[in-house]
Amino acid sequence: MSEPILQCTGLCKSYGKKSALNNITFSLERGRIVGLLGPNGSGKSTLIKLANGLLTPTSGEIRISGNLPGVVTHAQVSYLPERTYLSDWMTADDLLKFFSDFYEDFNIDKAADMLTRLGISPKDSLKTMSKGTKEKIQLVVVMSREADLYLLDEPIGGVDPAARDYILNTILTNYSESSTVVISTHLISDIEKVLDDVIFLNRGQITLHKSVDDIRAEYGKSVDALFREVFAC
Amino acid sequence: MQWNLSDDRPIYLQLMDTITLAITSGALPAGSRLPSVRELASEAGVNPNTMQRALAELERSGLLYSQRTAGRFVTDQSENITQRRKELAMEQIHVFLSAMKDMGYSIAETIELIRQAEKEGSV
Repeated sequence: MSEPILQCTGLCKSYGKKSALNNITFSLERGRIVGLLGPNGSGKSTLIKLANGLLTPTSGEIRISGNLPGVVTHAQVSYLPERTYLSDWMTADDLLKFFSDFYEDFNIDKAADMLTRLGISPKDSLKTMSKGTKEKIQLVVVMSREADLYLLDEPIGGVDPAARDYILNTILTNYSESSTVVISTHLISDIEKVLDDVIFLNRGQITLHKSVDDIRAEYGKSVDALFREVFAC
Repeated sequence: MQWNLSDDRPIYLQLMDTITLAITSGALPAGSRLPSVRELASEAGVNPNTMQRALAELERSGLLYSQRTAGRFVTDQSENITQRRKELAMEQIHVFLSAMKDMGYSIAETIELIRQAEKEGSV
Protein backbone atom coordinates (compact mmCIF):
# COMPACT_ATOMS: atom_id res chain seq x y z
CA MET A 1 0.00 0.00 0.00
CA SER A 2 1.23 3.49 -0.83
CA GLU A 3 2.00 6.16 1.73
CA PRO A 4 -1.08 7.96 3.08
CA ILE A 5 -1.66 11.35 1.51
CA LEU A 6 -2.46 12.88 4.87
CA GLN A 7 -1.37 11.56 8.22
CA CYS A 8 -1.91 13.03 11.67
CA THR A 9 -0.21 11.58 14.73
CA GLY A 10 -1.15 12.73 18.21
CA LEU A 11 -1.97 16.12 16.75
CA CYS A 12 -2.88 18.85 19.26
CA LYS A 13 -3.51 22.54 18.78
CA SER A 14 -4.39 25.05 21.46
CA TYR A 15 -5.11 28.73 21.16
CA GLY A 16 -3.81 29.95 24.50
CA LYS A 17 -5.65 27.95 27.11
CA LYS A 18 -8.35 26.86 24.72
CA SER A 19 -7.75 23.49 23.11
CA ALA A 20 -8.97 23.29 19.49
CA LEU A 21 -7.66 19.86 18.54
CA ASN A 22 -6.90 17.24 21.11
CA ASN A 23 -4.66 14.27 20.26
CA ILE A 24 -5.91 13.46 16.79
CA THR A 25 -4.55 10.44 14.97
CA PHE A 26 -5.78 9.33 11.58
CA SER A 27 -4.64 8.88 8.00
CA LEU A 28 -6.23 9.32 4.59
CA GLU A 29 -5.48 7.20 1.53
CA ARG A 30 -5.21 8.45 -2.01
CA GLY A 31 -8.20 8.43 -4.33
CA ARG A 32 -10.84 9.24 -1.72
CA ILE A 33 -13.35 12.02 -1.22
CA VAL A 34 -13.63 12.65 2.49
CA GLY A 35 -16.16 14.74 4.37
CA LEU A 36 -14.89 16.54 7.44
CA LEU A 37 -18.02 17.11 9.48
CA GLY A 38 -18.63 18.65 12.84
CA PRO A 39 -20.57 21.41 14.57
CA ASN A 40 -19.26 24.98 14.74
CA GLY A 41 -16.04 25.25 16.67
CA SER A 42 -15.24 21.53 16.51
CA GLY A 43 -11.81 22.08 14.95
CA LYS A 44 -12.47 21.54 11.22
CA SER A 45 -10.81 24.72 10.02
CA THR A 46 -7.98 24.36 12.51
CA LEU A 47 -7.21 20.92 11.11
CA ILE A 48 -7.24 22.19 7.54
CA LYS A 49 -5.05 25.17 8.42
CA LEU A 50 -2.55 22.87 10.12
CA ALA A 51 -2.38 20.78 6.97
CA ASN A 52 -1.54 23.94 5.04
CA GLY A 53 1.11 25.12 7.44
CA LEU A 54 -0.91 28.24 8.25
CA LEU A 55 -0.83 27.10 11.84
CA THR A 56 1.80 25.02 13.61
CA PRO A 57 0.83 22.16 15.90
CA THR A 58 1.13 22.62 19.66
CA SER A 59 2.26 19.00 19.78
CA GLY A 60 2.14 15.95 17.57
CA GLU A 61 2.61 16.15 13.82
CA ILE A 62 0.81 16.28 10.51
CA ARG A 63 2.35 15.00 7.28
CA ILE A 64 1.38 15.36 3.62
CA SER A 65 2.61 12.28 1.76
CA GLY A 66 5.40 11.98 4.28
CA ASN A 67 6.43 15.65 4.43
CA LEU A 68 5.81 18.25 7.09
CA PRO A 69 3.81 21.21 5.75
CA GLY A 70 6.16 23.58 3.94
CA VAL A 71 7.37 24.57 0.50
CA VAL A 72 7.19 21.03 -0.86
CA THR A 73 3.66 20.37 0.34
CA HIS A 74 2.33 23.72 -0.92
CA ALA A 75 2.95 22.46 -4.40
CA GLN A 76 0.94 19.31 -3.65
CA VAL A 77 -1.97 20.83 -1.77
CA SER A 78 -4.73 22.94 -3.28
CA TYR A 79 -6.48 24.86 -0.55
CA LEU A 80 -9.81 26.62 -0.53
CA PRO A 81 -9.95 28.84 2.57
CA GLU A 82 -13.17 29.58 4.38
CA ARG A 83 -12.88 33.26 3.45
CA THR A 84 -12.14 34.72 0.06
CA TYR A 85 -8.73 36.31 -0.26
CA LEU A 86 -8.98 37.43 -3.88
CA SER A 87 -8.06 41.00 -4.80
CA ASP A 88 -11.07 43.02 -5.82
CA TRP A 89 -9.40 44.90 -8.66
CA MET A 90 -8.73 41.72 -10.65
CA THR A 91 -10.93 40.43 -13.43
CA ALA A 92 -11.67 36.71 -13.66
CA ASP A 93 -9.17 36.57 -16.49
CA ASP A 94 -6.46 38.27 -14.39
CA LEU A 95 -7.07 35.77 -11.65
CA LEU A 96 -6.57 32.79 -13.96
CA LYS A 97 -3.28 34.26 -15.20
CA PHE A 98 -2.24 34.94 -11.63
CA PHE A 99 -2.87 31.33 -10.63
CA SER A 100 -1.20 30.09 -13.76
CA ASP A 101 1.96 32.05 -12.85
CA PHE A 102 1.81 30.89 -9.30
CA TYR A 103 1.20 27.18 -9.66
CA GLU A 104 2.91 24.89 -12.12
CA ASP A 105 0.06 22.40 -11.97
CA PHE A 106 -2.63 24.95 -12.83
CA ASN A 107 -4.71 23.99 -15.86
CA ILE A 108 -5.85 27.34 -17.25
CA ASP A 109 -7.93 25.88 -20.08
CA LYS A 110 -9.92 23.80 -17.66
CA ALA A 111 -10.50 26.82 -15.42
CA ALA A 112 -11.62 29.01 -18.34
CA ASP A 113 -13.97 26.29 -19.52
CA MET A 114 -15.52 25.93 -16.07
CA LEU A 115 -16.07 29.68 -15.77
CA THR A 116 -17.87 29.69 -19.10
CA ARG A 117 -20.07 26.80 -17.95
CA LEU A 118 -20.96 28.76 -14.83
CA GLY A 119 -21.80 31.80 -16.92
CA ILE A 120 -19.01 33.98 -15.51
CA SER A 121 -17.54 36.44 -17.97
CA PRO A 122 -13.71 36.59 -17.95
CA LYS A 123 -13.80 40.38 -18.31
CA ASP A 124 -15.87 41.01 -15.17
CA SER A 125 -13.92 42.40 -12.26
CA LEU A 126 -14.29 40.68 -8.92
CA LYS A 127 -15.51 43.91 -7.34
CA THR A 128 -18.74 43.70 -9.32
CA MET A 129 -19.47 40.10 -8.35
CA SER A 130 -21.78 38.73 -5.70
CA LYS A 131 -20.50 36.68 -2.79
CA GLY A 132 -21.69 33.44 -4.39
CA THR A 133 -20.04 34.22 -7.71
CA LYS A 134 -16.74 34.95 -5.99
CA GLU A 135 -17.01 31.64 -4.19
CA LYS A 136 -17.62 29.86 -7.47
CA ILE A 137 -14.54 31.46 -9.04
CA GLN A 138 -12.42 30.57 -6.10
CA LEU A 139 -13.54 26.97 -6.18
CA VAL A 140 -12.91 26.83 -9.93
CA VAL A 141 -9.30 27.96 -9.57
CA VAL A 142 -8.67 25.63 -6.67
CA MET A 143 -10.10 22.60 -8.51
CA SER A 144 -8.23 23.51 -11.70
CA ARG A 145 -4.92 22.65 -10.13
CA GLU A 146 -3.73 19.12 -10.61
CA ALA A 147 -2.85 18.63 -6.97
CA ASP A 148 -2.49 15.52 -4.79
CA LEU A 149 -4.63 16.84 -1.99
CA TYR A 150 -7.51 19.29 -2.16
CA LEU A 151 -8.56 20.86 1.11
CA LEU A 152 -11.90 22.61 0.72
CA ASP A 153 -13.09 24.55 3.73
CA GLU A 154 -16.84 25.16 3.40
CA PRO A 155 -16.78 25.20 -0.42
CA ILE A 156 -20.49 25.34 -1.21
CA GLY A 157 -21.98 27.41 1.60
CA GLY A 158 -22.76 30.55 -0.40
CA VAL A 159 -23.49 28.90 -3.73
CA ASP A 160 -27.00 28.37 -5.09
CA PRO A 161 -28.29 24.75 -5.31
CA ALA A 162 -28.05 24.53 -9.10
CA ALA A 163 -24.44 25.66 -9.16
CA ARG A 164 -23.81 23.41 -6.17
CA ASP A 165 -24.73 20.38 -8.26
CA TYR A 166 -22.45 21.52 -11.05
CA ILE A 167 -19.61 22.11 -8.62
CA LEU A 168 -20.01 18.74 -6.94
CA ASN A 169 -20.02 17.13 -10.33
CA THR A 170 -16.87 19.06 -11.17
CA ILE A 171 -15.21 17.69 -8.08
CA LEU A 172 -16.33 14.17 -9.01
CA THR A 173 -15.13 14.30 -12.57
CA ASN A 174 -11.91 16.19 -11.95
CA TYR A 175 -10.21 14.48 -9.11
CA SER A 176 -7.90 11.72 -10.17
CA GLU A 177 -7.43 8.33 -8.63
CA SER A 178 -4.18 9.37 -7.04
CA SER A 179 -5.53 12.48 -5.35
CA THR A 180 -7.74 12.98 -2.33
CA VAL A 181 -10.35 15.64 -1.67
CA VAL A 182 -11.23 16.73 1.86
CA ILE A 183 -14.44 18.75 2.13
CA SER A 184 -15.40 20.43 5.37
CA THR A 185 -19.06 21.39 5.46
CA HIS A 186 -22.36 21.59 7.28
CA LEU A 187 -24.37 20.88 4.15
CA ILE A 188 -24.14 17.15 4.56
CA SER A 189 -27.23 16.05 2.68
CA ASP A 190 -26.03 17.87 -0.45
CA ILE A 191 -22.66 16.18 -0.57
CA GLU A 192 -23.28 12.85 1.09
CA LYS A 193 -23.58 10.95 -2.18
CA VAL A 194 -20.21 12.08 -3.45
CA LEU A 195 -18.26 11.12 -0.34
CA ASP A 196 -16.34 7.90 0.28
CA ASP A 197 -15.69 8.46 3.95
CA VAL A 198 -16.72 10.84 6.65
CA ILE A 199 -14.89 12.05 9.71
CA PHE A 200 -16.96 13.42 12.59
CA LEU A 201 -15.12 15.97 14.67
CA ASN A 202 -16.45 17.05 18.03
CA ARG A 203 -14.70 19.36 20.47
CA GLY A 204 -11.36 18.72 18.88
CA GLN A 205 -11.61 14.96 18.77
CA ILE A 206 -12.53 12.43 16.11
CA THR A 207 -15.67 10.61 17.14
CA LEU A 208 -16.24 8.64 13.93
CA HIS A 209 -14.25 7.77 10.81
CA LYS A 210 -16.21 5.47 8.48
CA SER A 211 -17.39 5.04 4.93
CA VAL A 212 -20.78 6.50 4.01
CA ASP A 213 -22.17 3.11 3.03
CA ASP A 214 -20.92 1.49 6.24
CA ILE A 215 -22.75 4.17 8.21
CA ARG A 216 -25.94 3.61 6.23
CA ALA A 217 -25.68 -0.15 6.61
CA GLU A 218 -24.89 0.02 10.31
CA TYR A 219 -27.28 2.74 11.46
CA GLY A 220 -29.96 2.40 8.76
CA LYS A 221 -29.93 6.13 8.19
CA SER A 222 -28.14 8.76 6.19
CA VAL A 223 -25.01 10.50 7.41
CA ASP A 224 -27.06 13.70 7.60
CA ALA A 225 -29.58 12.04 9.92
CA LEU A 226 -26.84 10.49 12.03
CA PHE A 227 -25.11 13.86 12.34
CA ARG A 228 -28.31 15.51 13.52
CA GLU A 229 -28.74 12.78 16.10
CA VAL A 230 -25.16 12.73 17.35
CA PHE A 231 -24.83 16.50 17.57
CA ALA A 232 -28.36 17.34 18.71
CA CYS A 233 -28.34 20.35 20.99
CA MET B 1 -31.26 5.29 -16.13
CA GLN B 2 -33.30 6.95 -13.38
CA TRP B 3 -31.21 7.24 -10.25
CA ASN B 4 -33.54 7.79 -7.33
CA LEU B 5 -31.46 7.35 -4.24
CA SER B 6 -33.05 7.20 -0.82
CA ASP B 7 -31.45 8.12 2.47
CA ASP B 8 -31.76 4.99 4.50
CA ARG B 9 -29.85 2.35 2.54
CA PRO B 10 -26.24 2.02 1.43
CA ILE B 11 -25.77 3.84 -1.86
CA TYR B 12 -24.01 0.98 -3.65
CA LEU B 13 -26.98 -1.32 -3.01
CA GLN B 14 -29.33 1.24 -4.53
CA LEU B 15 -27.05 1.65 -7.53
CA MET B 16 -27.05 -2.14 -7.96
CA ASP B 17 -30.85 -2.15 -7.87
CA THR B 18 -31.13 0.55 -10.50
CA ILE B 19 -28.69 -1.15 -12.87
CA THR B 20 -30.28 -4.55 -12.31
CA LEU B 21 -33.67 -3.10 -13.18
CA ALA B 22 -32.24 -1.55 -16.35
CA ILE B 23 -30.92 -4.97 -17.32
CA THR B 24 -34.02 -7.03 -16.51
CA SER B 25 -36.31 -4.51 -18.20
CA GLY B 26 -34.15 -4.63 -21.31
CA ALA B 27 -33.16 -0.95 -21.19
CA LEU B 28 -29.62 -2.31 -21.07
CA PRO B 29 -29.83 -5.28 -23.46
CA ALA B 30 -27.88 -8.52 -22.99
CA GLY B 31 -24.34 -8.21 -24.31
CA SER B 32 -24.42 -4.40 -24.51
CA ARG B 33 -21.55 -2.28 -23.31
CA LEU B 34 -21.86 -0.15 -20.18
CA PRO B 35 -20.66 3.46 -19.98
CA SER B 36 -17.45 3.95 -17.99
CA VAL B 37 -17.48 4.05 -14.20
CA ARG B 38 -16.86 7.78 -14.28
CA GLU B 39 -19.68 8.48 -16.71
CA LEU B 40 -22.11 6.39 -14.67
CA ALA B 41 -20.96 7.98 -11.42
CA SER B 42 -21.33 11.45 -12.84
CA GLU B 43 -24.78 10.62 -14.24
CA ALA B 44 -25.93 9.32 -10.85
CA GLY B 45 -24.12 12.09 -8.96
CA VAL B 46 -22.25 9.62 -6.80
CA ASN B 47 -18.67 8.88 -5.90
CA PRO B 48 -16.85 6.80 -8.56
CA ASN B 49 -15.59 4.39 -5.90
CA THR B 50 -19.18 3.69 -4.86
CA MET B 51 -20.19 3.07 -8.48
CA GLN B 52 -17.15 0.83 -8.91
CA ARG B 53 -18.25 -1.22 -5.92
CA ALA B 54 -21.79 -1.62 -7.27
CA LEU B 55 -20.47 -2.78 -10.63
CA ALA B 56 -18.00 -5.19 -9.02
CA GLU B 57 -20.83 -6.74 -7.00
CA LEU B 58 -22.96 -7.10 -10.13
CA GLU B 59 -20.04 -8.82 -11.84
CA ARG B 60 -19.84 -11.27 -8.99
CA SER B 61 -23.54 -11.99 -9.28
CA GLY B 62 -23.04 -12.75 -12.98
CA LEU B 63 -25.13 -9.94 -14.48
CA LEU B 64 -22.08 -8.08 -15.78
CA TYR B 65 -18.67 -9.10 -16.97
CA SER B 66 -15.62 -7.05 -17.80
CA GLN B 67 -13.11 -7.46 -20.50
CA ARG B 68 -9.73 -6.14 -19.61
CA THR B 69 -9.40 -3.58 -22.36
CA ALA B 70 -12.84 -3.30 -23.92
CA GLY B 71 -14.83 -2.31 -20.87
CA ARG B 72 -17.76 -3.72 -18.98
CA PHE B 73 -20.70 -5.51 -20.56
CA VAL B 74 -24.10 -6.87 -19.66
CA THR B 75 -23.90 -10.66 -19.57
CA ASP B 76 -24.85 -12.44 -22.79
CA GLN B 77 -26.15 -15.41 -20.76
CA SER B 78 -29.82 -14.53 -21.06
CA GLU B 79 -30.75 -17.25 -18.54
CA ASN B 80 -28.88 -15.25 -15.84
CA ILE B 81 -31.05 -12.26 -16.63
CA THR B 82 -34.26 -14.27 -16.78
CA GLN B 83 -33.48 -15.82 -13.43
CA ARG B 84 -32.69 -12.50 -11.77
CA ARG B 85 -35.84 -11.02 -13.24
CA LYS B 86 -37.89 -13.80 -11.75
CA GLU B 87 -36.22 -13.38 -8.37
CA LEU B 88 -37.09 -9.68 -8.40
CA ALA B 89 -40.68 -10.49 -9.30
CA MET B 90 -40.93 -13.03 -6.51
CA GLU B 91 -39.59 -10.51 -3.99
CA GLN B 92 -42.31 -8.06 -5.00
CA ILE B 93 -44.97 -10.76 -4.88
CA HIS B 94 -43.93 -11.78 -1.37
CA VAL B 95 -44.12 -8.18 -0.17
CA PHE B 96 -47.51 -7.76 -1.82
CA LEU B 97 -48.93 -11.04 -0.53
CA SER B 98 -47.82 -10.37 3.00
CA ALA B 99 -49.48 -6.93 2.87
CA MET B 100 -52.68 -8.55 1.57
CA LYS B 101 -52.50 -11.19 4.26
CA ASP B 102 -52.21 -8.45 6.89
CA MET B 103 -55.44 -7.02 5.49
CA GLY B 104 -57.09 -10.43 5.96
CA TYR B 105 -57.19 -11.59 2.33
CA SER B 106 -56.49 -15.22 1.46
CA ILE B 107 -54.40 -16.04 -1.61
CA ALA B 108 -57.51 -17.11 -3.53
CA GLU B 109 -59.29 -13.85 -2.67
CA THR B 110 -56.21 -11.88 -3.67
CA ILE B 111 -56.00 -13.60 -7.04
CA GLU B 112 -59.69 -12.90 -7.55
CA LEU B 113 -59.05 -9.21 -6.81
CA ILE B 114 -56.19 -9.12 -9.31
CA ARG B 115 -58.47 -10.57 -12.02
CA GLN B 116 -61.07 -7.96 -11.18
CA ALA B 117 -58.49 -5.15 -11.36
CA GLU B 118 -57.33 -6.43 -14.72
CA LYS B 119 -60.89 -6.47 -16.06
CA GLU B 120 -61.45 -2.90 -14.90
CA GLY B 121 -58.35 -1.95 -16.83
CA SER B 122 -56.40 -0.62 -13.89
CA VAL B 123 -53.46 -2.97 -14.46
